[in-house]
Amino acid sequence: MSVEFFLFLLVAAVAVVAALGLLLSRNAIYAAMFLILNMASVAVIYLLLNAPFIAAVQVAVYAGAIMVLFVFVIMLLGAEKLNPADTKLALKWQRPLSIVLGMALFLLLGAVILTRLGGAVAAKMIDTSPLAIGKALFTTYLLPFEVVSVLLLAAVVGAVVLTKKS
Amino acid sequence: MTSIEPVILLSAVLFTIGAVGVLTRRNALMIFMSVELMLNAANLAFVAFAQQWGNLDGQLFVFFVMAVAAAEVAVGLALIVAIFRTKHSTDVDELSQLRG
Amino acid sequence: MNTLLEIILKAAVITLVALTGFAYLTLLERKFISRLQARYGPNRVGPFGLLQPAAEALKLIVKESIMPDKADRPMFFLAPIMAVVPALAIFAVVPFGKGPVLQLASNVNVGMLYVAAVIGTAVYGVAIAGWASNNKYASLGGLRAAAQVVSYELALGLSMVTVVLLASSASLAEIVQAQQPGNILGWNIFKLPVGFVAASIFAMTSLAELARAPYDLVEAEQELTAGYITEYSGMKFALFFMSEYIKMIALSALFATFFLGGWSGPFVNSLASPFGEILSLVYFIIKVLACLLLMVLVRATLPRLRYDKLMAFGWKMLLPVSLLNVVVTALMIVLGIF
Repeated sequence: MSVEFFLFLLVAAVAVVAALGLLLSRNAIYAAMFLILNMASVAVIYLLLNAPFIAAVQVAVYAGAIMVLFVFVIMLLGAEKLNPADTKLALKWQRPLSIVLGMALFLLLGAVILTRLGGAVAAKMIDTSPLAIGKALFTTYLLPFEVVSVLLLAAVVGAVVLTKKS
Repeated sequence: MTSIEPVILLSAVLFTIGAVGVLTRRNALMIFMSVELMLNAANLAFVAFAQQWGNLDGQLFVFFVMAVAAAEVAVGLALIVAIFRTKHSTDVDELSQLRG
Repeated sequence: MNTLLEIILKAAVITLVALTGFAYLTLLERKFISRLQARYGPNRVGPFGLLQPAAEALKLIVKESIMPDKADRPMFFLAPIMAVVPALAIFAVVPFGKGPVLQLASNVNVGMLYVAAVIGTAVYGVAIAGWASNNKYASLGGLRAAAQVVSYELALGLSMVTVVLLASSASLAEIVQAQQPGNILGWNIFKLPVGFVAASIFAMTSLAELARAPYDLVEAEQELTAGYITEYSGMKFALFFMSEYIKMIALSALFATFFLGGWSGPFVNSLASPFGEILSLVYFIIKVLACLLLMVLVRATLPRLRYDKLMAFGWKMLLPVSLLNVVVTALMIVLGIF
């Protein structure tokens, strides 16, 4: 077992534990912290997958911006203590059903992975420097890039309009 | 990494946990965070496939998913704040009427 | 395995130096501010008060660490750690001097993004500390910190984009290389007008990131007692203190790297192997010290801003100016001026 694979197993275990923590925690701040831990471990896996740019953006955007907003809103609303009724769902059979559905989804995904995946990793190492990604963004993916910029502008305007006190 | 199957498997596990979170939780913030987990799992698969095919496109897809996720969170959290102002709750089951 | 050992050793040395630097930075600040206020400052413990930091560390270690009854224990305990770790992590990509020995990983081509990512995660320690204390002053301080840091991060990031444009690289080692055509005018701060504007924005926003005067609303004594650290005492308090001062050193090191030519200076490239490296380290330390003294001077001079003015300044002034600055830089590069 190579050092790399051992590191992957370790980080993957952290990621799964953090995801389960998000699923099971009764406190929204704890859930957010577990999600940040999950995102950080996924960033480490990106590094192992030869994607340093994506790893850095993952931490900067998800942990540095998106989750800060979550934590901020949770603290602002004082909504961290999840309602005890959260455990008693309105539909009694919702939880067992969702677990069954989740298992079904996982079995389906697992079946596809086991039967359809395969083949070795491409031998050539791709250039994943910020330079290469930037070039691809402004040539092949110029249109989506511009559309995303419009989307972000719309989101900014939308957020301001929604939270403005009339 | 010489093989990407373990990464895809991890991605499947994270996606399933996120999906179960969306199904079982009633708090809008928790549902939202579970959705983020699912997006994360999908991103992981994208990067793994990019590595398998020796192709940068998968990584660029992740870039776009992150940008869209940022927009989604900004609007989504604004909605939750706006709803909390009138309902004093983030429970999605209490948002069952059309009048505010 | 050898490289791994080397990395661990370097990281340990950097951590140790940062911790000592933190201790003596507190002394330097107190001495300097005292002089500006026409008094002596600490001068009782050791010669010139040089043992003052050691005495205070000892005091904080033996002090009782109070855990508020209604506090959220795990988070209350984790928050100081979350504050210190990002502060130390910034040093990983800083080139302290010429050559491979005096840096840890400054050659990574996503260095700038790493810096942005680490600075972005530094807010959690403060926000969580405020929340976990279960105290209204602490909560308000934590909320203010989160809002302030998120707002000023945008302008900070855009000023770093200007630096990336000027060096046409996101690696910190290459940013330093790009600033040394042989004279002082190669420094980014002298690339007028955009370099100077970017440097000013970086300086102002990093003061806001640090929550130091004049942006120290987060811990405004008159309104919030001590803000998010109200409930902290003993070692946990010392950790918050440490995170602030280590971040001060880290951001000064970044400022020196981005705008003051990093370790470059006269004779660095002409001297023989060990001396050139040592000289480059000395230049770097001098530049960092200059930035630190400027920060202390600002604290001694400027009054605190009002919170709404601070937010308005960040969003309505710094952000548009830094955006415009990026556009002008790009234009000047396209027109071949840089």
